[in-house]
Amino acid sequence: MLYEHPTYRIMGDRALLVELGDRISPLVNKKVRELFLCLKNNRVEGVVEAVPAYRSLLIVYDPLKITLSALKERLKKYHTTIDRSEIPKPRTLEIPVVYGGEYGPDLDWVAEFHRVPPEEIIRLHTGTTYRVYMIGFTPGFAYMGQLPEAIATPRRETPRTAVPRGSVGIAQNQTGVYPVKSPGGWQIIGRTTLRLFDPEKWPPTPLEMGDLVKFLSIKEEEMTRWEV
Amino acid sequence: MGSIETLEILAPGPLTTVQDRGRFGFGRFGIAPSGALDSFSLRIGNLLVGNREDEACLEITLLGLKVRALVDSLIAVTGADLQPHLNRKPLQMWRSHIMKEGEILSFTVPRSGCRAYLALGGGISVTPLMESKSTNLSSGFGGFKGRALRKGDILASDSPRLHLKAEGKALDRKLIPTYGKNWILRVLFGPQDDHFTEKGKKTFLNSSFNVTPHSDRTGIRLSGPVIRTRAGMEESIISEGVVSGTIQIPGDGQPIIILGETVTGGYRKIATVISADLPLLGQMKPGEQVNFEGVSMEDAYHALGKLEGIIKRFREGL
Repeated sequence: MLYEHPTYRIMGDRALLVELGDRISPLVNKKVRELFLCLKNNRVEGVVEAVPAYRSLLIVYDPLKITLSALKERLKKYHTTIDRSEIPKPRTLEIPVVYGGEYGPDLDWVAEFHRVPPEEIIRLHTGTTYRVYMIGFTPGFAYMGQLPEAIATPRRETPRTAVPRGSVGIAQNQTGVYPVKSPGGWQIIGRTTLRLFDPEKWPPTPLEMGDLVKFLSIKEEEMTRWEV
Repeated sequence: MGSIETLEILAPGPLTTVQDRGRFGFGRFGIAPSGALDSFSLRIGNLLVGNREDEACLEITLLGLKVRALVDSLIAVTGADLQPHLNRKPLQMWRSHIMKEGEILSFTVPRSGCRAYLALGGGISVTPLMESKSTNLSSGFGGFKGRALRKGDILASDSPRLHLKAEGKALDRKLIPTYGKNWILRVLFGPQDDHFTEKGKKTFLNSSFNVTPHSDRTGIRLSGPVIRTRAGMEESIISEGVVSGTIQIPGDGQPIIILGETVTGGYRKIATVISADLPLLGQMKPGEQVNFEGVSMEDAYHALGKLEGIIKRFREGL
């Protein structure tokens, strides 16, 4: 449910959590994005950081430069007077994926779990447009949803200590790509050669919260063609 | 003069990294701030050697660092007392000294605190990534080649000679922090304190917690009495942004104080350490005790103003 008025919660003396709704939904997330972009465009003095998430925006500020009440006033104003024409439309990006085999070691398990052939998992995974709800966990890790109910799968019972860079995973009704080698418990069904985190590039990750993403099934031989 | 090779790492100790005040403003890309865990010591160290206070230093964890000067440089050691010695003679901390070419600075074991900072006149010449020289260890970028220092690494500084004249600057003895084994951290309740029972909140405020050995730069893991949530609460919440100092309570009821290597999280947070006490988080080590003290927002601002006042007066008095 979308809140009529945002809820403000303090996280210490220099961070304010603004909640726009009580659940994961495209509508609530859209409101988070609007408030985030509005705050970003206005470059408020004293705001150090803003982290948009599923249903909330965390604003980190310098309390010596802006008071909590002044910050709240600003946010209330933005919330009520937001000019949606200034909010850019979300972009759509394609992520090429080699499914199964050594690149997607959990694809067969996921297929067996749902009692369908692996091709059906690929068809369903590539047949949906996903929304980037938030980026977190590691640099550039995009939490995307919603996965079709027919392929929603629990996390692995034992997380892997190291998931290779580019691995495409699913967990419950979400999907995501591991941009850097990291530990992880998601079911790995494929891999992309698209580089989703490069600290020396700007922006460091091609995905942004609010973007729309489609996965594209490619053959192993095509992997290099997509490399960036 | 430009960048000049100043220090050779003879032994790195268990964990020595390049850190400045942190990489802020990139949380929307999932990038955590990293940075010196004790920013007070970092800032004072830099000022002692004539740097900007947000310049990068070496953050030395517990023990073992040994370095050799490749040119005459100005140094200062702040933070934890890891018994620094310059050419085998004890080195006075919180004061700038000239380290002559060929001299060796070594750290043995902690007498108090957990992390010492070695500031170099002219800073540490590494390429800033996203406006910061801090090392992001888990993702392997920033700082010195995105990793902890190793034997044989050579660090460079910008025009070290220009800093030599600042020798002998010292922080007033009365202002030097002392680190005991029993910590009191001032906190503000929130953001999810309403998810806990009244008894849970009382347990949080009235108990001592142990710092466990599982603590590292990502978080300080505590053990103590279980802090209970209200009935019917799920184990996790919908993930949201987090800041350093926020105290999350996972399903087992044992608090974890988040440090600067995390940008989002899905556990509920009972309270958050006030900004003025954040530098202390860098100095707590396993085996020590922590108590939490609830304060008001006004108290928190007052404490921060006091801390910033100390740094400001020191900077202006130099």
